[in-house]
Amino acid sequence: MAKKSSRERMKNEINAGSMADIAFLLLIFFLVTTTIDVDKGITVKLPPWSDEPPEIQKLKTRNVFSVLVNAQDQLLVRGELADIDELRERAKEFIANPQRRDDLSTDPKNAIISLKNDRGTSYKQYVAVYNELKAAYDELWDEECQRLYGIPYSDDLPTAYKRAIKEKIPMVLSEAEPTNFGEE
Amino acid sequence: MAHFVKKRGKSSPEVSTASLPDIIFMLLFFFMVVTVLRDGERKVKVVVPQATQLQKLEQKSLVNHIWIGQPVDKYRDLYGTKPRIQLGDKFATENDIPLFLEQHKIKVPEPQRPRITSSLKVDGDVTMGIVTDVKTILRKSGQLKLNYSARPKQD
Repeated sequence: MAKKSSRERMKNEINAGSMADIAFLLLIFFLVTTTIDVDKGITVKLPPWSDEPPEIQKLKTRNVFSVLVNAQDQLLVRGELADIDELRERAKEFIANPQRRDDLSTDPKNAIISLKNDRGTSYKQYVAVYNELKAAYDELWDEECQRLYGIPYSDDLPTAYKRAIKEKIPMVLSEAEPTNFGEE
Repeated sequence: MAHFVKKRGKSSPEVSTASLPDIIFMLLFFFMVVTVLRDGERKVKVVVPQATQLQKLEQKSLVNHIWIGQPVDKYRDLYGTKPRIQLGDKFATENDIPLFLEQHKIKVPEPQRPRITSSLKVDGDVTMGIVTDVKTILRKSGQLKLNYSARPKQD
């Protein structure tokens, strides 16, 4: 009789009821510590460093879109004061030159955007300017992509498409060494 | 009628909770995988600027972070208010960056090394001087892929 009851006890399963509680505890811990923040930002590619000073290239003035940002965060676009809100449109018009004006770029392939800032420029303004110039190219790529393939431009596009578009409108953004005014 | 009564007497009214742990564990594993445990203490104040043309950074293991900003209040007495660089969990200077990059690089399998990106987390109020110095060092050490960390713009 006693033997039988012991065998019956052995058949009993482990009580798994508390398992859920343990799992809940862990779950809550991870819920609290989780920060689902995706890292986002503007991706850029720097030019490789060379010890020799770069060769001075002779460029036609019409092919250069110079943007200067001074230590007071003011913009000088092609020699005149400008506002950041109009930068994107002006850059787009300069690169694409739809009306074939002779003071804008001869061809998107020849267009060069030159960005120069000061050591005292705030990072906020620098990123804002960079963002506008990048947006100009992104919008042009998008328009080109719509025209050629009828789909909006995105990073998931087949590499061949992307290459074809970037060959037509390459992004040339040259950054000059900053001037040394107004750093704290 | 008698049949009904008999059946009701036999069945146990409890809902089986045996699968509950499994469900919870599934949730648990999900959160364990997506969790990014904060690596160390933030010693500099960083509020990244806003932008619109954002790209997502893929693969966390291929990214190293360089923080630039004013020291937080706790370290003001010691380090002042001049913007400083934080690498990992300590203050650093520009000259520490090549070593930091190298230390990160050896942890990455060789074929993936060209895809390493440096994420610059810079406070919006920092002046470009220190950022330019960092960029020059990065260029000199051959780390050319950069990401200016930014928040999406809210209109």
